[in-house]
Amino acid sequence: MLIATCLRVVESSRRANAPAGLGPPPGVRGIAVAFAALLLVAACGGQGASSSSSASQVQVGLITKTDTNPFFVKMKEGATKEAAAKGAKLQTGAGKFDGDNQTQVTAIENMVAGGVKGILITPNDTKAIIPTIDKARKKGVLVIALDTATDPQSAVDALFATDNMKAGELIGKYAKAVEGDKPVKIAMLDGTTGVTVTLQRHNGFLAGFGTNNSDPRIVCTADTSGDQAKGQTGMENCLTKAPDLNLVYTINEPAALGANTALKSANKQSNVLMTSVDGGCTGVQAVKDGKIAATSQQYPLKMAIEGVDAVVDYAKNNKKVSGYVDTGVTLITDKPQPGVDSKDTAFGLANCWG
Amino acid sequence: MSNAAVTPDQLGPSGGDRARAFGSAALAQLSTLGPVIALVIASGFFTFESPRFLTGGNLSLIVQQVMVVGTLAVGQTLIILTAGIDLSCGAVMALGSIVMAKMAVIVGLNPFLAIALGLAVCAAFGAINGGLVTMIRLPAFIVTLGTLNVAFALTHIYSKDQTIAKLPAAMTFFGNTFTIGQTDITYGSILMLVLFALTWFVLRQTAAGRHVYALGNNPEAARLTGIKTARLLLLVYTVAGLIYGIAALLIIGRTGVGDPNAGATDNLDSITAVVLGGTSLFGGRGSIVGTLLGALVIGVIRNGLQLIGVASIYQVLITGILVILAVAADQLARRRQG
Repeated sequence: MLIATCLRVVESSRRANAPAGLGPPPGVRGIAVAFAALLLVAACGGQGASSSSSASQVQVGLITKTDTNPFFVKMKEGATKEAAAKGAKLQTGAGKFDGDNQTQVTAIENMVAGGVKGILITPNDTKAIIPTIDKARKKGVLVIALDTATDPQSAVDALFATDNMKAGELIGKYAKAVEGDKPVKIAMLDGTTGVTVTLQRHNGFLAGFGTNNSDPRIVCTADTSGDQAKGQTGMENCLTKAPDLNLVYTINEPAALGANTALKSANKQSNVLMTSVDGGCTGVQAVKDGKIAATSQQYPLKMAIEGVDAVVDYAKNNKKVSGYVDTGVTLITDKPQPGVDSKDTAFGLANCWG
Repeated sequence: MSNAAVTPDQLGPSGGDRARAFGSAALAQLSTLGPVIALVIASGFFTFESPRFLTGGNLSLIVQQVMVVGTLAVGQTLIILTAGIDLSCGAVMALGSIVMAKMAVIVGLNPFLAIALGLAVCAAFGAINGGLVTMIRLPAFIVTLGTLNVAFALTHIYSKDQTIAKLPAAMTFFGNTFTIGQTDITYGSILMLVLFALTWFVLRQTAAGRHVYALGNNPEAARLTGIKTARLLLLVYTVAGLIYGIAALLIIGRTGVGDPNAGATDNLDSITAVVLGGTSLFGGRGSIVGTLLGALVIGVIRNGLQLIGVASIYQVLITGILVILAVAADQLARRRQG
């Protein structure tokens, strides 16, 4: 009803201005129309004000690396539900692509301007984001890093994340248990150079396997940005370089699935032991289907829920969390190995995300 | 608007001319007034939706958030006025910022010398773009697509994909703020506004500025009137490059680091600001003030939606629709004139 009235006013004001050459000169007329429009918006928009959030509601900001990765989609879902349950309001933001620092900077600034009590962030650039985090913290905003630590870690109040070193170690140990002392040729499909998660999982895997970067059995290393298409390209190149490789580490499941496509077209799926990290529903299903031998499952939902709780606790009781909170990791496989703790895909599917 | 529905045939020749003249004037007006209207409507809406929108601090924040893309859009406007386009601006800026940061932090040069080197690299890239466009007569789209990739690759090779932190204070000066009343204003915002004012003056009040419009309108006619068109084009691209260097300095100030991933989508964002500002992609028509308004529209929508808690993806949606409206208004105006 209100909208209809508004539209009618717009229409009549437009008609009133229609005859050429009669009214004031065009520029003036245009500006008059613009201001009439502003007044109209003021009149119509004023109605909306009552529906916006009440001042006492705690506002929580969540900034993810991107909007598209299922890991972050799940994180956002978890945070939204938890915020609703606690009577808080969630504001969200995300980078446009993996590594996009600028957009995250803008999102932090806008959230601080919007009056959030705390910000949960998965930083795209672990160093470049720090000056902006400093400014937010100086204004009394609690900042918690989720999933990815800042560099240095102390730049935020707290870190809620998977122990990525341990996630790597679990699949490394698993691979060692399967392969024993048989000859292996290893391909390492990493994430992004210079990102701590990439490094921690990579080193964790090698430590779990009982070796290190100088091992000549590592026949190929490729960056995938955790992306399925790049995982496929990386695997194709690795297969060209070392056609007889038989053990593959992947930074995450999309990369593993891309690699699996490359192996399938080369008809080499059955020769290769594929390991990964993440525990997304698609990934766990791939474990069940035999495309991935084992994966380390992490819990983004838990990070988001505990993050929201921490901000609400800070707003209500002025208690700040600090330090590192491990949100846990579980090895998922349907072919358990003696001496390596694991759960089956039924457990994995019940606890998966995405 | 109602006149537009009446075809020239129905009115006879003289009536047709009048209708056509009126329609084209109205549309030309729309492309200049469009950004004002969009800005006023958006600001009005957010003012009534969020009590935090219309505060000095928040408005200053919006200007601060558009200072990088706004500065790039100054160079982009100059190039688009000549009927060209520059896809390389964001990548050239990123390269400039990495050169500045690395020269100062890793090589240990005097920060002012490092800044000068970064500016020189950006201006050189502008000159290369201009040289290829004028001398080999390659389309600007292709040339700058090439230099986009070259600059992107050089940035990542030279920085080794590492963010460079701990910059000297002189280098991040434009991220610092001063206070008027209760409002913090960054020096970078002021630099951007000064750049807009300067460019406005040059385009409106100097012969060289008028020549840029003439060149974009009709290069052949411009040449015949005695304008040295090749030299002018080369100058426009080089100056644009230098302006990207200034944007490089601004982004260093804004984030406080040298970030090799900076500016990846800023080329399209700057074109968006120019187009929203009513400058024609076909050259010869538009204004630098419009570009500033276009950049502010993007900033206001992004900031406002965040304040009222709407997901940022809607900003992209709204911007897309506004771009189509802006280009459509320009095309229709042009068709009626032609």
